[in-house]
Amino acid sequence: MSQKVLDALLAKHGGAVVHTESVHGDEVAWIARDHLLAVATWLRDEPTMAFDSPVFVTCIDRLDWRPVGLPPSAAWTEERPRFEVCYQLRSSTHRHRVRLKIAVTEKDPHLPSLTGLWSGFNWQERETFDMYGIRFEGHPDLRRIYLYEEFVGYPLRKDYPKDKRQPLVRRDDLPVNPIRKS
Amino acid sequence: MADLKQLVLGRRDIVDDSDAEHELPHEFMTVNMGPSHPAMHGTVRIVLTVDGEKIVSGDVQPGYLHRCFEKESEHATYTQIFPYTDRLNYVSPMINNVGFAMAVEKLLGLTGKLPERAEWVRVIVSEVSRITDHLTCVGASAMELGAFTPFLYFLKAREWLYGLLEKVSGARLTHSYVRIGGVNKDLPEGWLAELEFNLDKLEREVMVECEAMLNNNKIFRDRMAGVGAMTRQEALASGCTGPIARAAGVDYDVRKDYPYSVYPELDFDVPVGTTGDCFDRYLVRIEEMKQSIRILRQCIARIPEGPVVIADPRVALPPKRDAYNTIESMIRHFKHIVDGIRVPPGETYSFVEGGNGELGFFILSDGTGRPYKLYCRSPSFVHLSTASSLITGHLIADVVPIFGMINMIGGECDK
Repeated sequence: MSQKVLDALLAKHGGAVVHTESVHGDEVAWIARDHLLAVATWLRDEPTMAFDSPVFVTCIDRLDWRPVGLPPSAAWTEERPRFEVCYQLRSSTHRHRVRLKIAVTEKDPHLPSLTGLWSGFNWQERETFDMYGIRFEGHPDLRRIYLYEEFVGYPLRKDYPKDKRQPLVRRDDLPVNPIRKS
Repeated sequence: MADLKQLVLGRRDIVDDSDAEHELPHEFMTVNMGPSHPAMHGTVRIVLTVDGEKIVSGDVQPGYLHRCFEKESEHATYTQIFPYTDRLNYVSPMINNVGFAMAVEKLLGLTGKLPERAEWVRVIVSEVSRITDHLTCVGASAMELGAFTPFLYFLKAREWLYGLLEKVSGARLTHSYVRIGGVNKDLPEGWLAELEFNLDKLEREVMVECEAMLNNNKIFRDRMAGVGAMTRQEALASGCTGPIARAAGVDYDVRKDYPYSVYPELDFDVPVGTTGDCFDRYLVRIEEMKQSIRILRQCIARIPEGPVVIADPRVALPPKRDAYNTIESMIRHFKHIVDGIRVPPGETYSFVEGGNGELGFFILSDGTGRPYKLYCRSPSFVHLSTASSLITGHLIADVVPIFGMINMIGGECDK
């Protein structure tokens, strides 16, 4: 549908794009983490791209990834980055969409925040931080959104057991509900 | 003769007093609005910093209705997820059902291969759900602004429509009616005639009267017009969709821009506002209800006969009669229930026009009967993230219409 977005992206930022693919009509571009901000800024400001609206942010945890029916090489191994952060963008003028994917390792799960480019990513990045523990560098207000500050662990990670319970113990040393002074 | 005011009040007119000189000492105050506040619908908390009645900043905190939808979905078969989706936007569960089913069908490669009647039935139940969604939103907002009668009228009409959906699915609220590859069962006999009758009644008795009560109601308009306005650029950059974005002038409706199901064959208009304030959001919703009625009338006239679920044995349950009488069907039934529908490995993002905007499901399948990852792009969550900037600078009383017109549905926002 919008293969031309990927072509233009490869032509302009060939060094930043790790690899591109089209799955079920969705265009996906894997971007190197260090180039994410430059690529995203270009996607927003370039008139032929004009990605003016954010759609969603989420993360994929590949820890248990052993797909049925694919060769064993497709399974996740220790060497591969464990997390994939997905940004979906939409253009209201050209009606095309693209999904940016950034591989993030378990040891150092951080990447630059895109909240400065699209304000709509603010809460969604907080949600991804809350659920997966991905740190978005430069986010104006990165704290948990659904859960409380005292919560230990990141519940949507594959190594967090579904039936795990934990008591809510109030702690005074955490920044509970800080109110922004403006 | 002395000035009358001087004479009566003992001083000159209050207007002559310079407020600046008499300003009282003041400090910011922190007020908790919600979660147990009638206007917050019990599910969201706003920590307001106020200067008198004026809001200096507001920290919106969702999460009180978090039910681990995504985590639970990773451990449920695709069919078992339908009841969870009912509880997302619980005033229009049919649209959630359809949205989720379409995402799985996209992974299975079944998009566009469903029996024709199934697509029409899905559109009919979706549009009925859209009307119930807007009726609830407008009715509840009007009630919070003091107009109790429209609320009662709207909810009365909503009950007619819920009654119809109950006849179709067996449940008033949590329908779980849609299945992968079609819908659970066909519409009951005479149902379409009943729908037609209720739509006429809704239009004639409820819409006309409530519009007469609200459209030019001075109190209602004063509280809505110019309140919580958003520009087109803000709406786009914050990812708003649905009635909120359309009120701000964003001409975006998934049914028109990325058509799915049988919407391309239907004739309807997408209302777009100009000012982006609460009153435009109200008007957009009222017009959308009329357009939904228009869509439904076309559906009633054009719906074809035929099966309502795909004949593909990979996705459809065998008929109950066969499951009890033949060993092959019984095994198939068992595999469906225990292992779930095998979806080929892959990922997809599929979206529909929900009651509040773009409702999307991002599914990553690893080839088993349960999704490896499921993410729900809930419009309420995106819209609520704009609430903090919308209420800043307004009065505390304005939180009520702004929050009402954002139409934050706890189940969908908190997932």
